Amino acid sequence: MNAIAEAVAWIGDPAHWTGPDGIPTRLAEHLGYTGLTVLIAVLLAVTLGLYIGHTGRFRGISIGATGALRALPTLGLLTYLAIAFGFGIRLALIPTIIVLVVLAIPPLLAGAYSGVESVDPRTVDAARSMGMTEWQILWKVEIPLALPLIIGGIRSAVLQVVATATVAAYISLGGLGRYIIDALPVRDYTKVLVGALLVTLLALALEGILILIQRLTVPAGVRATRSA
Amino acid sequence: MTWVLANIEQIWSLTLDHILLSVPPILVGFLLAVPIGWLAHRYRVSRGVLLTVCGLLYTIPSLALIVAMPTLLGTKILNPANLIVTLTIYAIALMVRTATDAFDAVSKDVTQSATAVGFGGWRRFWQVELPLAGPVLLAGLRVVSTSTVSLVTLGALVGMSGLGYLFTNGYQRNFATEILTGIVGTVLIAIVFDVVLVILGRMLLPWARVDTAARRNAKTATTKAVTA
Amino acid sequence: MFTSQRGRLAAGILAAGTVLALTGCGAGGDPLEPGSEPSGDGETIIVGSAGFAESEIIAQIFAQALEANDVTVEFAGQIGQRDVYITALEDGSIDLIPDYSGNLLQFFDEDSDAKSSEEVFAALPDALPDGFEVLDQAEAEDKDSYNVTQEFSESNGVTSLADLANLDVPLIVGGNPELAERPYGPQGLTEVYGVDAANIQFVPISDSGGPLTTAALLDGTVNIADIFSTTPSIKENNFVTLEDPENMILPQNVLPLINSEKASDTVKEVLNAVSAELTTEDLIELNGRNQGDEKASPEALAADWLAEKDLF
Repeated sequence: MNAIAEAVAWIGDPAHWTGPDGIPTRLAEHLGYTGLTVLIAVLLAVTLGLYIGHTGRFRGISIGATGALRALPTLGLLTYLAIAFGFGIRLALIPTIIVLVVLAIPPLLAGAYSGVESVDPRTVDAARSMGMTEWQILWKVEIPLALPLIIGGIRSAVLQVVATATVAAYISLGGLGRYIIDALPVRDYTKVLVGALLVTLLALALEGILILIQRLTVPAGVRATRSA
Repeated sequence: MTWVLANIEQIWSLTLDHILLSVPPILVGFLLAVPIGWLAHRYRVSRGVLLTVCGLLYTIPSLALIVAMPTLLGTKILNPANLIVTLTIYAIALMVRTATDAFDAVSKDVTQSATAVGFGGWRRFWQVELPLAGPVLLAGLRVVSTSTVSLVTLGALVGMSGLGYLFTNGYQRNFATEILTGIVGTVLIAIVFDVVLVILGRMLLPWARVDTAARRNAKTATTKAVTA
Repeated sequence: MFTSQRGRLAAGILAAGTVLALTGCGAGGDPLEPGSEPSGDGETIIVGSAGFAESEIIAQIFAQALEANDVTVEFAGQIGQRDVYITALEDGSIDLIPDYSGNLLQFFDEDSDAKSSEEVFAALPDALPDGFEVLDQAEAEDKDSYNVTQEFSESNGVTSLADLANLDVPLIVGGNPELAERPYGPQGLTEVYGVDAANIQFVPISDSGGPLTTAALLDGTVNIADIFSTTPSIKENNFVTLEDPENMILPQNVLPLINSEKASDTVKEVLNAVSAELTTEDLIELNGRNQGDEKASPEALAADWLAEKDLF
C-alpha cells in the first residue's frame, strides 16, 4: 500500500498546512458545510419526526416521502439547483446546503419518530394519568426516552453529509472535496487519496464524539433496564 | 419537453446503461451481505469487527473509491467494473447492518423450538431464520436498491455512461431541462426497482403480514435499516 | 453507436462479476491481470472524447465519418481531461480521440520551444509515446484564452497578458480545476508575464469555460477567465481576449490522436478528409448550437456538419 504511504507523507508535509488550499482551511470549510447542514436538517426533521411520533399522524406519508428523497441523485440535484435558480458559483453555498439537508433528512426523521414510537405506550399512559399535558409528555417522557435513537439518526446523517459534502467542490466551493475534484482531471491519485483519508478520519472523529454523546444521553433509569 | 422528445433515443440509451450498471451491485451486494450479516448475528466476536469495517467502508467518499479501483483491481480506467465493484462495496456496507438486525429480530423462542424439534443448523437457517428475517432483509434491500440507482450517476464524473451524463453535460452548458430529465429518469428507475422488489417480496414472503409480535420486532429493525 | 457501447458495457459487467467472485466480498484482493477485460478486436475503433462538448462533437464527427466508410465504431464520450483520456488511450480503453496540437505537445514535452502552428505539428511525432500518432491537423483552432470584461479592460488599461503585472487590483482567475496545474495557468502568468503569485487567486469552475464561467466573469466573482477561444459567449458579451505576445499558450489546431495499430489507410483517409474541411468558424457555430437555445446534441451536430460539407 505504497499509495497510502504517499498520501500520509503528503498530509505530513508542513507546506500543505497553510494557505487557502491548506488542510486547516479545507477541513474548516468541510466542517462548516457539515455543521450548517446538520443544524438546519435537525431543526426541520427532528421537529417533524417528534410530531409524527407523538401524534402518529402522517407516518405513512413521511416514510414514502423519505424514500423518495433518498432516490434523488445528489449530483443531479446539486447541478440543477445551481443553474436553474441562477445561484451560479457566487452563491454556490445555497444549492450545496439544500442538497445536503435533503440527504440528512431521512435518517433524522426516521430516528426521531421511531424514537418516540419506541417508548412503551404504558409509560405514556401512566404519564397522562398523572395529569401531564401533551407538551409535558413530549418533553419530559418521550424526548428523553427517544434521545438515543434521535442521536442515532444524527449519527447516520452526519456520516452521510461528511462523505457527500465532497461534491460541493464540483460547483466551485471548497472543503475536502477540492482535493478530490482538483486531482481527478490530472489523475493525481495521491491527492485523491489524501481527500478520501481526511474525509474518512473526519467522519470517524465525529462518529466517536456522537457515540459518546449517545451514551451520555441515555437516561439513568433506562440504562439499567435496557440490556438489549 | 421539446428537447426531451428530440433526444429521446439518447436518453433511453443512457437509461438502459444506467439499469445495467445498477443491477449487479444490488444483487451481488445483497447475496454477499446476507451471509456476512448472519455471521455477525451468530458470533459476538465477528459482529464488532464486521460492523465496524462496514461502517468504515461507508465513510469513504465514493468518487475516491471509483478512482482507486483500477489500481486495486488492475482494470482499465474506463471499465464499468470500477463503478460496479465500488457500488457493490457500498451495498454490502449498507446491507450487512440490516441483515444482522434482521437475524437478531427473529425470536429466540422460535429458533430454540426449531432446534428442539430436531432442526440442524443448516436446515434451521434455510427454513426458519431466513424466511423470518425476510421482511427486514427486504426493507434493507429496498434502501440499497434506491441508493445504488442514485449513486450510479456519479459515474459521469469518471466517464461512465448512465443518466449522470445529463447532469455534467447539462451543467457545462447551463441547461436545467437536461439535468431535470436526468433526475426524473433516475427517480423513475428507483421507483420501478422498488415496485419490483415489493412485488417479489409479496410473492416470496406471504407470511410477512401474519405474526404481530414478530411484526413489532421487524418494525424496529426496519426502522434501523432506514436510519442506517 | 450507443448500442455498440452497451455491448461493451454488458461484457464489462460480466467481467465485474468475475472480479467480484474472485475477490470474495470485493474489498480488495490481488490485482487481476487485464486479460479478463473486453478487448476490441482489430476491426473495431473505439472513439473517445474529452469531458467537454466541443471534443464530443468532433469525436462524433470522426465516429460518424468512419462508420459511413464501413469501419466498426464504438463511442466512449466525456471521459475526462487530457491526463485521463491519455491513460485511456494507453491502456487500450479507446483508440482514437480528437486533441489540440499545442496542449498535446506540452503534455508530453513541457520544455518544447515550438511556437508556430507548423513547429508544434512537426514536433509532435517525436514527443508522442511509441505506438501513437497524430494525423493531419485541421485549420480549426480552439485554444485556452484569458478574457476580461470590456469594463475591466478599459478601467485598468489591460489588453494583453503583459499588462497584468502592473495591475493594482488582485487578479481572480476562473478556469477548470486542472488549469491550476497547467504551464499556461496561474504559474505561467507568474513565470512568463511576471505577475506576482501572491496577487493571483484561482477559482476552479468545472464547466470548461462554459456558461458558469461566463456568468462568474460578468458578476465579478472572477475578473479574468480562461475560456476556449471558440466559445460564442466571448463575442456575445464583448469580452476582451487578452493578447499573448510571449506565446505562452501554444497554437491549438484540432487533430486526431490515434493508436497506430488502428490507423489503417481507410481510417487515415477518412480522418484527413474531415480535418481538411474543419474550420474555426465551424467550431464556433457548432458550439453555439450546442450551448445556445437550440441545445442540439453532439450526435446531431456531427451529422449536420458532415451533410453540410458533403462528406461521405
